[in-house]
Amino acid sequence: MAASVAEDAPVQGAAGPNHGLRIFIIWLPLAVAADIVLYFVYGPHMPPGRMSTSAASQQFDIKVMSVLAAPVMIFVLVFMAYSVIVWRHREGDDEDGPPIYGHARIQATWITVTAVIVLFLAGFGTYELAWPGFAGAGAGQGPSPIWKPNGTPLQVQVIAQQWRFTYRYPQFGGFETTQLMLPVNEPIQFNVTSLDVIHSFWAYQLGVKADANPGVNNVAYTTAIQTGNVTVRCAELCGLWHGAMFDYGRVVSVAAFKAWAARTEVKLAAVTRILPPYASTYDPTVVPQINKAMAKAGIGGANGYYYPPNDPVQP
Amino acid sequence: MAIETQPERAQGAGGGDPLAGHNPRPWWRRPAIHTAIVGAIIGYVLGHLLGDYLTGATGSASLYPNVVLSDSEDWPIVLGYVLAIVGWLAGLGVFNDILRQVVGRPTASGSGLPEHETSGLARYFRYSLDHKVVGIQYLVGMIIYFCTAGLFAMAIRTELLSPTQHVFTSQVYVEIVGEHGTMMMMLMSSVILGPFGNYLVPLMIGAKRVAFPRVEALSFWLTPMAFVILLSGLLLGGFPFGWTGYAPLSIQSTVGADSYAVAFGLMGISMILAGFNIIVTVICYRAPGMRWSRLPMFIWSMVSTSFLMVLAAPVLVGGMYMLVMDRTAQTAFFEDSLGGSSYLYQNLFWFFGHPEVYILALPGFGIVSEIIPVMCRKPLFAYKVAAAGMIGVSLLSFFVWQHHLFDSGINPDMRPLFMLTTELISIPTGFIYLVALGTFWKAKIRFTVPMLFALAFYFNFLIGGVSGVFLSDVPADTTEHGSFFVMAHFHYTIMGGLIFAFMGGLYFWLPKMMGITLNQKLGKWQFWTMFISFNSTFLPLFAVGMAGQPRRVFEYARNLQTLNDWVSISSFFLGGSILLFVINFVWSTVIAREPGVANPWQSRGLEWQVSSPPPAGNFEKIPVVLSGPYDYGVKDAQPVADLNPPPGVLTAAISQAASVRAEA
Repeated sequence: MAASVAEDAPVQGAAGPNHGLRIFIIWLPLAVAADIVLYFVYGPHMPPGRMSTSAASQQFDIKVMSVLAAPVMIFVLVFMAYSVIVWRHREGDDEDGPPIYGHARIQATWITVTAVIVLFLAGFGTYELAWPGFAGAGAGQGPSPIWKPNGTPLQVQVIAQQWRFTYRYPQFGGFETTQLMLPVNEPIQFNVTSLDVIHSFWAYQLGVKADANPGVNNVAYTTAIQTGNVTVRCAELCGLWHGAMFDYGRVVSVAAFKAWAARTEVKLAAVTRILPPYASTYDPTVVPQINKAMAKAGIGGANGYYYPPNDPVQP
Repeated sequence: MAIETQPERAQGAGGGDPLAGHNPRPWWRRPAIHTAIVGAIIGYVLGHLLGDYLTGATGSASLYPNVVLSDSEDWPIVLGYVLAIVGWLAGLGVFNDILRQVVGRPTASGSGLPEHETSGLARYFRYSLDHKVVGIQYLVGMIIYFCTAGLFAMAIRTELLSPTQHVFTSQVYVEIVGEHGTMMMMLMSSVILGPFGNYLVPLMIGAKRVAFPRVEALSFWLTPMAFVILLSGLLLGGFPFGWTGYAPLSIQSTVGADSYAVAFGLMGISMILAGFNIIVTVICYRAPGMRWSRLPMFIWSMVSTSFLMVLAAPVLVGGMYMLVMDRTAQTAFFEDSLGGSSYLYQNLFWFFGHPEVYILALPGFGIVSEIIPVMCRKPLFAYKVAAAGMIGVSLLSFFVWQHHLFDSGINPDMRPLFMLTTELISIPTGFIYLVALGTFWKAKIRFTVPMLFALAFYFNFLIGGVSGVFLSDVPADTTEHGSFFVMAHFHYTIMGGLIFAFMGGLYFWLPKMMGITLNQKLGKWQFWTMFISFNSTFLPLFAVGMAGQPRRVFEYARNLQTLNDWVSISSFFLGGSILLFVINFVWSTVIAREPGVANPWQSRGLEWQVSSPPPAGNFEKIPVVLSGPYDYGVKDAQPVADLNPPPGVLTAAISQAASVRAEA
């Protein structure tokens, strides 16, 4: 394509200033400065932070892409600003501009440079996704994940419904709670599923996002590397109260987590007996029976339902 | 392909009498918008009654017990919509000529263009077969649709002034979100192809008409119905699932969801029709000498957009049909518990939905590529690269749809592939920038209003495009997906790209289309307020999204209130700038009516070589195109076309082409 473009239209005029050099001289310091600021100054504070391995991997990705994107954007903007200032139409000048139809070398260079950047980014993103330390970078991987972390992860089932999340811990007798508690420095496997429509489990600080599909187990891995609070939001429009579907989780030390889990397992033992055995997905048709059994046993929520009706109170 | 030398005659008044055109009946008996409204109302009532009858709501036992399971008014409402569409088209006289042919009577089309069709306001309210009338119809329609959907956007921003729910109930809020998103995404798909594509494509390629005037007119007249049906959803309680309509939420929703499915499907049909007509027109109706290498870049963008429409929209229509069936006839295409799959809907929707966003982007590329050579007084840099960019974008757009589903758990091992294809698409998109920067080089840039909008397009689309690369990367997308980052990204490409290009095109071509110049001073005011408030509205939203605010929520973290308030207030200014545009448009076209100069931009485009607005058949004779449209600054450049070719040239060319074909 580029070869067919006429070579007889030189971009550099014989006389006049060397515009290309000028643009380059303006661009270079701006691009270098932007990259330094982005990588070293703003980079460590970029969202979503470094609370988990997957969040850290995402932060690193965003940092690398910013460093690559900034010079490109600055080049286009500098070029446009330069054109607008230097090559604007002057009063009384009715001549047309020089008839330049193309320039084979410049076109080939542009195409090559953009292709190299793009292919690098695709390769880099794939590597980040597949590297075991990041294990799928916190994204939902469906029922049979291919990128797994080393070691045996803690299993946490996330059951989304309109409009709340419930969490189930199969390695601790399979108790269910609305409280999300996680240990630090241990690989965690979220098994995300839904009782009704499609939701999305977004633990922002952990850099985890996995859609909750009814009848599907969507697995996402992460390892928290700092303790602290986690915001959980639904990231897929799921009906009227989607806007109010959020809660908070906590990452605590392993000892504190184990103590909490053992305590909760005992506390909820009566409830857990009524629940169906742990499975990778949750059949919503059993919910009415669960509620009935709960009401009979005199446990459950304030109104006798373990799974409350789909009408949350005014937040 | 034979060249049509006789323009298609507009259809005469409808009704049974083939001589009606010569002996017009009184206006209220001729098919136009008022008869169409009557037809739509009658159709809706009939359809609703039929639905009631089928489901047994009228007291009789249901004929089909299964359909009663829809346990609501789904059947009557869907059938009401469908028959309303049929009634609307019948009232417009769409079927008149078809029925005449069925019964073997001559159609009105052959009997000459009746006087009352060539002038006057009334023709804009009829099923007109003149592509210039359809273009104006589309233009006014699109402005109305855009402003309506824009008002919904401002309602959303009003709610988001506070981090807790305060103005609207959750029900109303989610309705507004759905109406805004769906109306913008479905109707704005034709915001450039409709007005400018239909009006200018024949003029730019030297044709007297489009290939299928009836198809073209039908494509427009479906849009008001889609608009009304979508809005009618508000009366039925709205739909709580945005513009994506993910099943099973859309199956579970109340009757408002029917309006979404029927309107979106209807608009899909309109897109197919509009695109089909443009493709055939460009392939078969180019004037002699209008080679592919001389095609204006706007035509390239229209052709690639049309291909996307024709190939992608059927998937949407199919998906919407299945959704309606799931809601009414109790099929289970998308019900996981009954053997269907909600992933199927997501696949169908995004297989349409991703080409759709390029349907929204490509026309913008075309318009700015058309404006910059004229205003830079230079040829378009790297013409072939520009055309290759558009074709490349269209081709790749069919291979990227699963990047909307990176976190959904579908095909996790395919994500590197979709990451690659998505990132590849930035190469042909980059071509558009190569072309622009090359054209600016040593140019003589005139800062007219269209040029300002074109420059703003490149600025906005740069931000939109680069943020798209961030979204294509799976790890980074895990944070960005479903957040305000995505929302800011596609508003930068669609609002900042498509709508800015639309405005530029309007200031550029309205002198051609209406013979009227828009007020340039107001235009500059509109540009600067729109450009500044647009960026002030959407730039902070990247930060808001990165900070963890999901889309379509009415509650957000308290520490994000300052940014959200800033955005909301900017969005009101943005609304004000659009109001300024509406004022300018109404003032200039209705009140001031300042006649435009014949060729105000000294463009070489073929469309500017005829009078403004062009005569009924566009060209007195089929022109012979002599050179490319962008030969600015070329000493002794040939005129772009011979508008009055000597007799015999055409016949010779045609017979020569025919003999070549015969030999082959």
